[in-house]
Amino acid sequence: MRFVLRRTGFFLLTLWVALTLNFVLPRLMPGNPATAIIGKFKSGISPQAVKVLEEQFGIATHQNIVAQYFAYLGNVATFKFGVSLTTQPGASVGRIVLDAIPWTLGLVGVTTVLAFILGTGIGILAAWRRGGQLDSLIPPVFVIMTVIPYFWIGLVLILIFGVKLKVLPYFFSYSYAMTPGFNLAFIGNVAEHAILPAFTLLITTIGIWILTMRNTMITTLAEDYVRMARAKGLPGHRIMLDYAARNAILPNLTGFAMSLGFVVGGAILIEEVFNYQGVGYLLLQAVNNDDYPLMQALFLLITVAVLLAILLSDLATAILDPRTRGAG
Amino acid sequence: MATVRTPAGAGDAGPSQPAGAAGPAAAGLPLAGGGGIAGARSLRRMARAITANRKATVGVVLLVLFTFVALFPGLIAHDNPQAEIYPRGLGPSAQHWLGTTSFGQDMFAQVVWGTRPVLLIAIGVGFLATVVAMLIGVAAAYLGGAWDGTLNLITDVLLVIPLFPLLIIIGSYLHGAGTAVMIAVIAATGWSYTARQLRSQALSLRDRDFLSAAKVRGERPLYVICVEIIPTMTSLLVASFLTNALYAVLFSSSLQFIGLGNPNVTSWGTMLYWAENNEAFQTGLPLWIIVPGLCIVALGAAFALLNYAFDEIGNPALRPVKRMRVTKAAAITTPDQRRRLRVKRTG
Repeated sequence: MRFVLRRTGFFLLTLWVALTLNFVLPRLMPGNPATAIIGKFKSGISPQAVKVLEEQFGIATHQNIVAQYFAYLGNVATFKFGVSLTTQPGASVGRIVLDAIPWTLGLVGVTTVLAFILGTGIGILAAWRRGGQLDSLIPPVFVIMTVIPYFWIGLVLILIFGVKLKVLPYFFSYSYAMTPGFNLAFIGNVAEHAILPAFTLLITTIGIWILTMRNTMITTLAEDYVRMARAKGLPGHRIMLDYAARNAILPNLTGFAMSLGFVVGGAILIEEVFNYQGVGYLLLQAVNNDDYPLMQALFLLITVAVLLAILLSDLATAILDPRTRGAG
Repeated sequence: MATVRTPAGAGDAGPSQPAGAAGPAAAGLPLAGGGGIAGARSLRRMARAITANRKATVGVVLLVLFTFVALFPGLIAHDNPQAEIYPRGLGPSAQHWLGTTSFGQDMFAQVVWGTRPVLLIAIGVGFLATVVAMLIGVAAAYLGGAWDGTLNLITDVLLVIPLFPLLIIIGSYLHGAGTAVMIAVIAATGWSYTARQLRSQALSLRDRDFLSAAKVRGERPLYVICVEIIPTMTSLLVASFLTNALYAVLFSSSLQFIGLGNPNVTSWGTMLYWAENNEAFQTGLPLWIIVPGLCIVALGAAFALLNYAFDEIGNPALRPVKRMRVTKAAAITTPDQRRRLRVKRTG
C-alpha cells in the first residue's frame, strides 16, 4: 500500500511539473513568443482568439502571474485548451486532437503490440538456442540500431520501396482520391498506406524486446527448476515456454505496459516523414505554424500518456512480483 | 569490500544500486596518479588498450577523422557550402563528388562543413551534461538527508518526462536554435540519467574507510568530493560523456531535421531538412539524404563503440568474448536503461 501511495504521489508531482513547464516555458523565453505570433497573424486571427491567446500567455492582462497560473490550471482541469490559431484556424483544439488520436493509436498501437509479440518470441528462441546463428546476430545488430536516427530509416525505406520500386505508398494514411468510409476498398487502402510507417516503427522498436527477453531468459535457463525439468525428461518446447519463458517474461510485460504510454507520442518523426496525420504529425504542424495552444495541448497529452503508463507499469510490477514492493 | 582503498577496486557497488550498469563500469580506468612519469605510463597503457581492442580502434579512428574534418573543413572542401553558384541538382561528378543541391550548392562541401556544428554539439552536450550530472549526483549522495531527497526527486521527475517532445516545445519557442542554444537545451534536459548513476556510485562509496579518514582529517566537503570521490568515477564519467554525446548527435539532428535548428547553419540535420523540403528523392537527389544520414550514423557509432570499448577496457571481466556477451547483455537491461532506450524511441 505504501508503495502504491508513493508511486501515485510521484505521478502527481511529475504531472504538476509538466503542467508548470507548459505554463512557464513561453514566459521564460526572450520576448514573449505569443506577442510575435499576434503581430505576425494580425489579420488572420479573430479578436476573440487574440484575447484567449493573450490570456494563455500572459500578455496585456491585468492579472498577476499567480492568478494567471491558477486560471491556467483551472482550464487544463476542465479540458479547456482554447482554439487553434493557424493549423485549422478557429477549430477547437480538443476537436483537432481527438481527430488525430485514432490514426496514431491505429498505426503505433498495433505496431507496438506486434513488435512486443514478435520481439518476445524471437528473444525466447535466441536464448533457447544460445550461441546459434540468431543469437550471435543480435548484439551487433542492436548496437547499430541504437545509433541510427529512426526518421532516417523511414526515409531510406521510402527511397527503396516508394520511389525506386514504386510498390508501396508513402504519403498520408489513404489515397486522396478515396472517400473515407467503412468499406473494404477504403480499409485496404489504409492498410496499404500503413505498411511502410509500421515497418519502420517495427524494426526500430523490436530490438529492445528481443534483447530484454533473451537476457532474462538466459538467466532463468540457468535456474535449478529448469535443470529439474530437463532431468524429468520433459519435451523441449514445454521447458522453453512453460518453465523458462514464463518466468522470464516479467520485465518484458512491465516494459510493454510502459511502452503503451509511448504509443501516443512515440512516433513523432516517423509520422512526419510519412505525412501520417496522427498526434506526432499534428504536433510538428503546430510547431511549424506557431500554433501554441494546439502545441501545448499535445505536449500535455503525450506527457500524461507516458506518466500514466509508467505509473501503471510500476503498479503491475508490484502486483506481479511481490519482491519489488518493499524496494519501492 | 569496505576496506578496499584503491580507487580501482570500487567496482562492487552492492545489490541496492538501481543502475546495474554502474556496477561493472565502475571499475576505474588506470588513473593518472599525479607525477609526470605515472601520467605518461598510464597514457601509454591507454594507447595499448585502444589498439588491442577492435571496437576502440574503430571508434577512435572515426572520431579522429571527424575531428580533423571539423577542425579543417577548408582543407578538404574548397567550396563555400552556402554559396548557390552551381547548376542545380547535378549528379555526382569529378567536380562535385556528391553532386549539387536543388539550390546549386556543392553537396560535398556541405557535408564537410556540416561536421563542425554536429561535433561541437556532441562534445558540448557530453561535457556539460556530465558536469551537471556529477554536481547533482555526487552532491545528493554526499550531503544526504533532505538534499538527497530533493535532488533525487528532481532527477527522477526529469527522467520520466518525455524528452523529445519537451525539446520540440522548447525549440519551437526559441525559433531557430543555434549551436550554443542547442547545447544548452539538450544538456539541461538530458543530465538526469547520468546523475542517477553517479549518485548510486557515490552512495556505494559513502561508508568507505578512505572517506571516513578524509572526514576525520577535517577536510572540507568540496575537497572530499573533488579529490576523494570524483577520481573513483573516471570510467563512469567517460561513459556518461560518450552516451550524452551520442544522444546529442541524434537529438540535435532530429531537431534540425524538423526545422527547429537554425536553418542557415550548415549541418547534417539541416541538410536533411532542406533535402526533405525540396523532395530530394523525387527529384533524383537521393545522396542529399543518404550521405548526411550515414555521417550521423558513423559519428554516433564512434561514440557508441568507444563506450562499449571503455567498458571492456575498464572492466577486464567483460573482455573474454563469451563472457562479455552475457555481462554486457545483462548490463543493458536494467530498468533505467530500458526506460532510457524507450525515451529515445520518441525520436
